[in-house]
Amino acid sequence: MFWLGLIVLIPLAGIFTRAASLGLSDFFTILVDPRILEALKLSFGGALIGALINTLVGPVVAWVLVRYEFYGRGIVDAVIDLPFALPTAVAGLALAALYAPNGWLGAPLADAGIKVLFTPLGVIIALTFIGLPFVVRTLQPVLADLEPEIEEAAATLGASRWQTIRKILLPALLPTLLTGFALAFARAVGEYGSVIFIAGNLPYKSEIAPLLIIIKLEEFNYPAATAIAAIMLVMSFLILLIVNLLQGWARRRTGYAG
Amino acid sequence: MQFISTSPRLANVSEPLTVRFLLLGLTLVYLLAMLVLPLGVIFVEAFRKGYETYAASLLTDDSIAAIQLTLLVAAIAVPANVVFGLAASWSIAKYDFKGKSFLITLIDLPFSVSPVVAGLIYVLMFGAQGYLGPYLQAHHIQIIFAVPGIVLATIFVTFPFVARQLIPLMQAQGSDDEEAALSLGASGLRTFFSVTLPNVRWALLYGVLLCNARAMGEFGAVSIVSGHIRGKTNTMPLHVEILYNEYNFVAAFAVASLLAFLALVTLGLKSALEWRYGGELAVSRGH
Repeated sequence: MFWLGLIVLIPLAGIFTRAASLGLSDFFTILVDPRILEALKLSFGGALIGALINTLVGPVVAWVLVRYEFYGRGIVDAVIDLPFALPTAVAGLALAALYAPNGWLGAPLADAGIKVLFTPLGVIIALTFIGLPFVVRTLQPVLADLEPEIEEAAATLGASRWQTIRKILLPALLPTLLTGFALAFARAVGEYGSVIFIAGNLPYKSEIAPLLIIIKLEEFNYPAATAIAAIMLVMSFLILLIVNLLQGWARRRTGYAG
Repeated sequence: MQFISTSPRLANVSEPLTVRFLLLGLTLVYLLAMLVLPLGVIFVEAFRKGYETYAASLLTDDSIAAIQLTLLVAAIAVPANVVFGLAASWSIAKYDFKGKSFLITLIDLPFSVSPVVAGLIYVLMFGAQGYLGPYLQAHHIQIIFAVPGIVLATIFVTFPFVARQLIPLMQAQGSDDEEAALSLGASGLRTFFSVTLPNVRWALLYGVLLCNARAMGEFGAVSIVSGHIRGKTNTMPLHVEILYNEYNFVAAFAVASLLAFLALVTLGLKSALEWRYGGELAVSRGH
């Protein structure tokens, strides 16, 4: 337990004491720097969009994996964990090569007039990539545990398949879906390795907050680095708190434990 | 009654065949584009100029040093977290004390902290301007921009993996087996090695697997504390970045392909463990 305190607690507390020692006015002067604001906006906005995409696609993927029998399902299921297993720097490198103007996906997109490399769109793609397993893996066990009897009852009572999905399955999955969203979002906000290669890190345009922390550190601007880190921690915490409250609300409303 | 209960199951508890094929097709295409293509591109780019160039770019002094450092860091961080994971899950599962759920939350904390922030906290602690900086400098101990910092940062980010696998399993197993062993006269140490450890061995292996994958692949946290000194404090992921920034793409992808291969082996072993010992692991799944 001493180990835990030594490795986790003391250093983390250090950030807040450091940030607190700045004083409020200094703290805000640092944070109204437009470059920092843009970076925070991109990190949180990109993470939000990425997590939303995963919350839409994830259930379909989980549904297909749990409910449908098809050849090669085991392999497809294992592939889902790739963003967990692949080192972030490697993922970043691969995404950058894939979406480069001459890359496998970048070339057709460039022909269509869509530029991915070194744009916020690239950031969103990277954040979507790393978030997918969080949503799918949270949903899978819950989907597998749902009893088909309820769906059968709905069907016997004359509900169409779409009605059953909308009125029976979706409410049951909502709390879990929110958990998946929160996990994907939390991961995406702090993500660094898989983003920096594809983002190109142009200040005011495709520069994410974690990178800016590193830049400030390299300039030996410790107060700024600490302030960005502190504000990121606080904002992530607040968002997770909101998601937790939403989850409680969804659970009470639908009567399902997520 | 028989008729009512079986016929809707056939007709109405699944989607029409066209919808099923559509969903399956969409899923496969999406996963192919999002997950499989990035993996493929690494190997294709790495071997673009042939096998000789691939081997040559892996056998440079800097690349070998990076591989050695990565192995060294994992060799320290993984056992450290195995010991911690066993100790933490042991005390959480077998004893009751106040603040237990708080402790579990704390163990999970490194998952929700950005790796960059994780690196930053060590710089603030041990760096030249950090809390312990002056003391460390006076005693000529270097932690930041040296191997100890890299090890510490790696331990931090891989902290939860082993403990998270073991805690739910040990809680589910309870301490009946241990009590039986102790009452039959086994020593505490013997009970641990011949009762507790075998009981959790597959979950432990699973945790070690994930812990190792992350330890070898960690980038953000290590990037901050390492200082990027070639041949000295450059781990494999950091080396990938440096090579990429120098437009040495073949070498960057060659080193990346080693890490990607590690990820594939990890996934393979993980699936094999899940398939073989699914029941035991099911208790601890759900991340």
